Formats: sequence, structure tokens, C-alpha cells
Amino acid sequence: MADLCLNSRRAESEGYLASLAFTFLTEQPYVSYGALEKGELVVRTMSQYLLPFLEILKNDPKYRFEQLMDICGVDYPQRADRFDVVYNLLSVSYNRRIRVIVTTDEVIPVPSVHKLWPCATWWERECYDLFGVLFSGQPDLRRILTDNGFEGHPLRKDFPLTGYEEVRYDMGHRRVVKEPVSLTQDFRDFDFVSPWESVLTLPGDEKAREVL
Amino acid sequence: MMIESQDKEMLSFAKMVLREDIPESLLPEKKLHEQTNCVVEIDSHALNFGPQHPSAHGVLRLVLELEGEIVARAVPHIGLLHRGTEKLIEHKTYQKALPYFDRLDYVSPMCQEHVFALATEKLLGVEIPERAKWLRVLFSEITRILNHILNLTAMALDCGAATPALWGYEEREKLMEFYEAASGARLHANYFRPGGVARDIPSDLEEKISLWTRDFPKWIDALEGLLTENRIWKQRTVGIGVFTAEQALAWGFSGPCLRASGVPWDLRRNQPYDNYHKVEFEVPVARHGDCYDRYLIRIAEMRESVKIIEQCLDQMQPGAVKVQDPKFSPPRRADMKQSMEALIHHFKLFSEGYHVPHGATYTAVESPKGELAVYLVSDGTNRPYRCKIRPTGFAHLQAIDELSRRGMLADMVAIIGSLDLVFGEVDR
Repeated sequence: MADLCLNSRRAESEGYLASLAFTFLTEQPYVSYGALEKGELVVRTMSQYLLPFLEILKNDPKYRFEQLMDICGVDYPQRADRFDVVYNLLSVSYNRRIRVIVTTDEVIPVPSVHKLWPCATWWERECYDLFGVLFSGQPDLRRILTDNGFEGHPLRKDFPLTGYEEVRYDMGHRRVVKEPVSLTQDFRDFDFVSPWESVLTLPGDEKAREVL
Repeated sequence: MMIESQDKEMLSFAKMVLREDIPESLLPEKKLHEQTNCVVEIDSHALNFGPQHPSAHGVLRLVLELEGEIVARAVPHIGLLHRGTEKLIEHKTYQKALPYFDRLDYVSPMCQEHVFALATEKLLGVEIPERAKWLRVLFSEITRILNHILNLTAMALDCGAATPALWGYEEREKLMEFYEAASGARLHANYFRPGGVARDIPSDLEEKISLWTRDFPKWIDALEGLLTENRIWKQRTVGIGVFTAEQALAWGFSGPCLRASGVPWDLRRNQPYDNYHKVEFEVPVARHGDCYDRYLIRIAEMRESVKIIEQCLDQMQPGAVKVQDPKFSPPRRADMKQSMEALIHHFKLFSEGYHVPHGATYTAVESPKGELAVYLVSDGTNRPYRCKIRPTGFAHLQAIDELSRRGMLADMVAIIGSLDLVFGEVDR
């Protein structure tokens, strides 16, 4: 019984979210994509429209996304605009979530939202630290998680898992020293792409499907 | 004459070593007389709180700008425990990524696993068996109590009450034994897996937990007897670190800290997952948003957790504890001795793992500290393309400057304690 109740409630809210996605797509000029993905409302916009759009989402009594739960980056190095910056908002009054995604690259900054939600500062700092995404208007854009004097942005896909430098305490010098990483064994990274699944025709078997 | 010159020497010495503000009782009479009409200047200075301070709850470095004893600004420096968990997860299969979650918030390990298991299941589109859901709810609530015991008693210890910590560890030990019986490990359980739980609990465990639920409320009463109406405890916490509902929402608060500010929001109730919609419990909400309210909320939550545990034990039926699909859950050891198929499945699962279809999800659970979420992006391979962990303490710690503004230095420890910070989670 409880299951049935929950399912119907879920279906109801998903229907509403889908209609919301449609409203965003048709009524908001800022929105380039809006859809329901696995029951979650996902909206894409351009970084120049981000601030006005998020302001509507936060302050419009129809939406009221009071809480910014998370900002995070995703790196797609093969794309021209290689980074996705993902904003996860939560509306406590309507019990709804939305995901707003903008794309950017290493040099074009994304407008900072710390004036809408003060908690954005640390999330933006984290995103800058790990991905090197720049945020314009953010007065405190410093590294946050990595070590002092760290170079590079570790969560980019082209940053190796082992990093470039390792740190140890040197008894002779009586201080912590940084050295380039030395691996006694090559770092092994298996991709698990099966050679058999991509090969549709086995060698020597080329004529098997030929029709005379 | 002799004495006077000695006095002078002493005075200049005192001036050099100590500062002008020596307690009156220590000052020679002459000096006291001079001091009657001197202006006292309070200089502002910065103080390093941590990273080795015992009440920093881990490796928090807090630079406090003080004006006398009043905190003008508190600047947290984090990242001292950063281990690159998210990067490591990107290079592991979904199964191998799971144990990293135990090590995030090492005080409430199973709730951390829960969020990753739920996110992976959502992407895979698998529904787990009923008993697995009950086991997850059961152990999530045990974890909640584990976490709250440590937090409350450690907070009390920071404020000068040693007894709750001693009592708390004893009670935590009992819960750890349940952990050990179920998963084989006391802390880093690796028990909730995508597709269910690792294995069924031993047959006598339900009985043991049920016995424990009868005793535990008495322990909460005893703890409350030590603290709730304690004069010193109230002096240290009531009206300290006050946050309004608006502030709490703006700063991304969640969990007990949000509810203490008067926002009735609990993911177990509002966005139920697993079997939380089948249990009855109340969501405690307080109004003042100070450290004392955060304490009261956690006490009330422990009582509710006991109720949920009792309901789990009542409603749990024997049955499968993981998805009956050999592509996702490992075969029984006995089968592997007989069946070639089982052996192949085992080998494939623990070398290659399973491939998760394209997609992304933001899945959140109500961990003891608040909303813990994972933003999981899959590119169709056997490894997560991106796994962003949304830690709870990160948002809470950020607000510490706002929370402690114009407060006293001594209030700082009460505020840090009431925010329930664990740095494994904040720094990831």
C-alpha cells in the first residue's frame, strides 16, 4: 500500500517536473535544453544567461529554489568547451530539485553566484581548484583542497592519477621536500575494452557474409 | 631602599616578559597605584586554532582574528586531509569505488556507502530485494546513532564534560559489534553494495539488536540527565552560534543543523529512499538555531532512530539480500566449486566489473550529518566518468565565520562541535 502511494506520488511529481522542463524550454529564452533524465529535471543554459536564470529560479515564487546544494565540474577534454559546470538546486518549499548545466573552457569565466547563495564561494573555489574553471566576480578565488604551491588541476582528465610531484620528510634537511614522482613499476591502467566485441569480422573470416 | 630597587627590577622584568594586563593580585602595590588611571588597549591579533587542536575534530586549521577575546573573523583552512577520493574513484570499477565511501565520513560509514549504492542502482535501473532494503534502513539508523553518540559526547567533552564521552564509547562499542557481526569490520564496513548488501546478517543478530533497543533509551535518558538541564552545559550552548532559517537555507545547511533552525526538512521523509516510506517516525524541529537546539535535535533523532530500528526488526522477512542477477552480484562460494558459469561470473565481476549505462544522477540521502549526495556520471564503461561527492560538513564549515561572528573565543569549540564536522568528508 505504502509502495503504491509512493509510486503515485513519484509519478505525479515527475509529471510536474516534465511540464516544468517544457515551460523552461518554451518560456525562458535562456534555456537551450530542458528534459527529465531518470526522473531528475536537467536544464542547460549559456554562461552569459546563468545569473538571470538562477535569479529567477531562486526568487520567483513559482520555483523558489532556496538552496544551492552543490556546484561541480565535469571534464570532457574532447569537446571545444571542455567543462560542464553543474549547479544542483533544491527547493525546500516545493520539495523539488533541478540541475542547471553550463559549459565553459579554460579561459572563459562563468559568472559567480555567491551573491545569490553565499555558500557558493567554497563550491566555486573547489571547482576552480580541481578543474581550473574561472568564476568572474568571485572575490575569493583561491585553491581550497590541494596543497600550498600545488600546480595543475587534478580532476582534469589529462592530469595523471599519480600526479607530478611527491612529498616526503627529508631527515637530512629536516624539512618536507617535493620531488618528481618516481614509480618503480609503470602505472597500469586497464581500459577493459574487449578486443572481441569491437571486431565484428574475425581475421580470415572476411568472406563469411559475402553474398554471391 | 634595597627593597625598592628590587621592586623596580621586578617591575621592569614583569613588563618585559608578561604584558600590561597582569592580574591585579600579582602586581606590586606601587604598580597597582600607577595603573588606576591608565587606558587599557585591546590589540587585535590572529590565533591559529588547530590543525592539532583536540576540539578541532580532526585537521581543521582555523585562523581566528581576535579582538581581545572576541572573534572578529574566523577563516577556516581545509584540505589537510585531501586524498583525491574523486580522482581515485574515476580509476576504479564501481565495486572497487565503494570502500572509498567508508573512508569519507569514518564516523558514519554505512550511510556513505548507501548514497553510492543508490546512485549506481539508479543508473543501472535495478530494484533490490525487500530484505536488503530493510537491512539498509536498519543499519543506516544504527549508523545514525553511532554518529550522534560520538558527536554529542565529543561536543560535551570540548565544553568540559568528560563523563558523556566515557559512557558514549561504551555504547558505541555495542553498535560496532553489530557492524562486525554483519560485515566483518567494525568501522570500514563495505556492507551496502550496488544491488543489495554484501551478505545476510547472522541469525541471532536480530535478537541481539532487539535486546539492545530496549536498553538504549535508558542510556539516552542518562545522557540527558548529565547534559540537558546542566547549568554549565546550557551556559556554554544556549544562544551560541545562532542561525536563522533564512541564513541556514542560504548557506546550504542540511540535516540536524537545518532542522535546529526551524526548517522541517528531512530527506527520509520528503524524498524517501529504500524503505523509509514504510516506517513511522517523527522529524524533530527546533526553533532557535543555536548550539543547544542542535544538541536537542540530535538527542531526539536518536530516540526516533531506535523506533525505526524496532519497526525494521518487526517488518523484516527472510529472503534474498542482493539482486539475483549474476552480472551484478557475486555468486556463492559453494557454487563456484561446482559451476563453471559461476566461476566465470565471479572472475568477470571482480576484474572487469559491470558496465553502467550512459547517464547522470544526483542522488542524496539523509546521512546523520545532513544531505550527503553523489553526482555520478557514467559514460557506459565499467568505471564512473565522474563521481562528485557532496559532503555535508563542507557547507556547514563554510558558515563558521557567520556563525561565530562577534562571539567569544570559548564559544568556538561549542560551535565546531555542534556542526558535527568530520574531515575525512570535508576534505575528501
